[in-house]
Amino acid sequence: MKTFGLIVNRLVYAFVLLFAVLVLNFTLMHMAPGDVADTISQSMGGADEELLIEIRKDYGLDQPYYQQLVTYIGKVLRFDLGHSFFFNEPVSKLVLERVPATLLLVITAQILALLLGVVLGVYSARKPNGILSHFVTLFALFGYSAPVFWTGILLLIAFSLQIPLFPVAGMRDVTIEGNFWVHAIDVMKHMVLPVLTLASIFLALYSRLARATMIETLGTDFVRTARAKGLPERQVVYKHALRNSLSPVVTLAGLQFSAVVSGAVLVEAVFSWPGLGTLAFQSIIARDTPTILGILFFSALVVIIGNLLTDLALRFVDPRVGASK
Amino acid sequence: MRKFTRNVAAAMSLVAFTAAGVIADTPTRGGTLVTVLGSNVRNLNSAVQSGIVTGYPGAQLFASPLRYDDSWTPQPYLAESWDVSDDGMSVTLNLVKNATFHDGQPITSSDVAFSVEVIKNNHPFKSMFAPVENVETPDAHTAILKLSKPHPALMLAMSGQLMSIIPEHIYGDVPINEVKTHPRNNENVVGSGPFKLVEFKNGEHVILERYDGFFMEGRPYLDKVVMRIITDPAARAIAYENGEVHMGAFESLPRVINRLKKADGLNVTPDGYGGIGPLDWLAINTTKGPLADVRVRKAIAHAIDKNFIMKAIMQGTASESRTGIHPDSPFYSADVEAYALDLDKANALLDEAGYPKNGDTRFSVTIDFGWPGVKPQVEYVKAALKKVGIDVEVRASADFPTWAKRMGTMDFDLSWDTVFNWGDPVIGVHRTYDSSNIAKGVWSNTQGYSNARVDELMQMAAVENDMEKRKALYAEFQAIIADEVPVYHVNTLPYHTVYSDKIGNPPIGIWATSSPIDMVYLKD
Repeated sequence: MKTFGLIVNRLVYAFVLLFAVLVLNFTLMHMAPGDVADTISQSMGGADEELLIEIRKDYGLDQPYYQQLVTYIGKVLRFDLGHSFFFNEPVSKLVLERVPATLLLVITAQILALLLGVVLGVYSARKPNGILSHFVTLFALFGYSAPVFWTGILLLIAFSLQIPLFPVAGMRDVTIEGNFWVHAIDVMKHMVLPVLTLASIFLALYSRLARATMIETLGTDFVRTARAKGLPERQVVYKHALRNSLSPVVTLAGLQFSAVVSGAVLVEAVFSWPGLGTLAFQSIIARDTPTILGILFFSALVVIIGNLLTDLALRFVDPRVGASK
Repeated sequence: MRKFTRNVAAAMSLVAFTAAGVIADTPTRGGTLVTVLGSNVRNLNSAVQSGIVTGYPGAQLFASPLRYDDSWTPQPYLAESWDVSDDGMSVTLNLVKNATFHDGQPITSSDVAFSVEVIKNNHPFKSMFAPVENVETPDAHTAILKLSKPHPALMLAMSGQLMSIIPEHIYGDVPINEVKTHPRNNENVVGSGPFKLVEFKNGEHVILERYDGFFMEGRPYLDKVVMRIITDPAARAIAYENGEVHMGAFESLPRVINRLKKADGLNVTPDGYGGIGPLDWLAINTTKGPLADVRVRKAIAHAIDKNFIMKAIMQGTASESRTGIHPDSPFYSADVEAYALDLDKANALLDEAGYPKNGDTRFSVTIDFGWPGVKPQVEYVKAALKKVGIDVEVRASADFPTWAKRMGTMDFDLSWDTVFNWGDPVIGVHRTYDSSNIAKGVWSNTQGYSNARVDELMQMAAVENDMEKRKALYAEFQAIIADEVPVYHVNTLPYHTVYSDKIGNPPIGIWATSSPIDMVYLKD
């Protein structure tokens, strides 16, 4: 029942949040000088004034602000995210086409960073002052502090140009032919560098957090008790200590869901990954309000679902969370 | 007047072939050419969307009546011959008889009439077909463009991506001015050009394949053309270098160009952009404060060292431009005031104009720029003008529309700007200086410049069918522009085409990749 209540509570909260996201962003976009007619004109090498007026009229940009807002919200309430001004396609189609590529990239990078981060964190927590522990710290901080586009380009120069192991850009090679597995392997090859680049940011967060909580947990009474009763070290570390250290790490992983758009934008741009990030970037540059709002709507939805899943996962990892209320 | 029979035209194209030195190699058939687009594509239908991004797929999907060789001579394409009447008031196109759209329907004169109507109502360059009153279609393969006045600019406007012939039976189902948002602009495109659409994935790629029914015997040579969308210039450079991409056009970053020039197996050329005609310049608001005085504008020109910009900022990739017409154009005249660097003269002119030095400073102005790539130029102008006592404040814009709004409403003093010729001066040059086009959005006459003689020269040149007389009119026009400096012309935008050694017949005519690549082939 508690879980059900949580879900209902979150749905109400989600509705209010989505509404606020749309109204706020619509207003902000409206306040900026210039509009999509200018970027359409830019893409065409300039346009006659009549055409600019016509474009503004076609897209309702000549209407007063509140009227544009009411029309837009009305459409969204009927589950219609509108039509992209810049790309001449329904926003829902544009966004949904890009979602799989971004999810593939972000989820793979997250899982890689989470697993590797926890393993490295636990390892360095056991010998906090060992050489390897310092090395892990150094490596993680380097990944975290280097700008992603720089890491990305460096990886490209190293592994696409100097040692040509991986392709430069995109998600697939359209010139190859073959069955499903040939294409799957091709996509995997394209994924390696962007996933590593993206994972390098998260890796530092997870490994540092895992290390800190593990060091703390390893010093607690119940670990000493476990050791005192003669449990093997492996069991002490992985069953007793790790399980109790995981909840901050899981919380953090949940918060990182917002990275579906934010963290991936630059990585997608460097590797021409055909995901939501590149679309978001292009529509912001183009002032394509319906597309931007569509992406924000979708990412707000993902964050809400991500937070809900995190809450549920925490109950699973650490039963105290649900019981304490 | 200038009647081109099929034979004459064929002989001329043979001459062009030999001149370009391509006859030495026998083109090979087949293969997949992998190329690159530097931005996402908005619309594949080049009859309703201009610009260099749409131009590339557009010119492959759709054929135009004419094409141009690299010496600005028109060649037959969808029109096997053409004729301009003696009074210049009508242009007859004799279409090839065997041309078909990608769905097998014949391309007829009524499709030409329909396309002209669509372009007139949707295309951003109204001046291209404004004098075309109607198109007569006496038979299926003859289209006569009836003009309200002689219109020599029509010749270039009938080539490249500018006059794409689209099928009436596909696009005729909506009101004429709604073709710009027709769903078939991006999917199931039925074109008239050498390649047909296989797949367009927004943000990812455009894939085309050979249209077997193409009207030119034996062409195109390639089986397939892949256009990958790679927006990051550094990633594109690596893709050229490791051979993942065979060819790309419109590379403009000096750093990238110079790096690629050194790479093995790659050719990097600035040839082929005369038609598009991209120019970098300093726009001056001639209606505001001290800038309204021509002496002040001349002083600014004398204080700016073009050589510094071309050597240090453009790193030797760009060439000088002195007027609003691209140096590759037959109408370009270099015989104008060039404003050599001369600080004494600049100071003298400013004193004379009544702006004496008050301490270190005479007066203050602002300078704008619309995209991050030209910030070095803007910072340089600030430093250069400080030397003659003009205090310059750099105003950044958050993004393109912010800057476009400032320019379009003339809310600026100085601004760096890049504007394209788009073929004939009537299309892309007049708009900057025409006094009836002041402050009509970005890339109009944003300088507020007005000179009756300039207006008159442009009007006369627009209707002058004699090439030599037309050149003389534009020479006088360019001399006045250079003298009055509504715009200080600095350099050409260094667009370069990059292609691997494997490529034969790279597209280096006047329209770069905004022209059919039916003659491009992959060497074995």
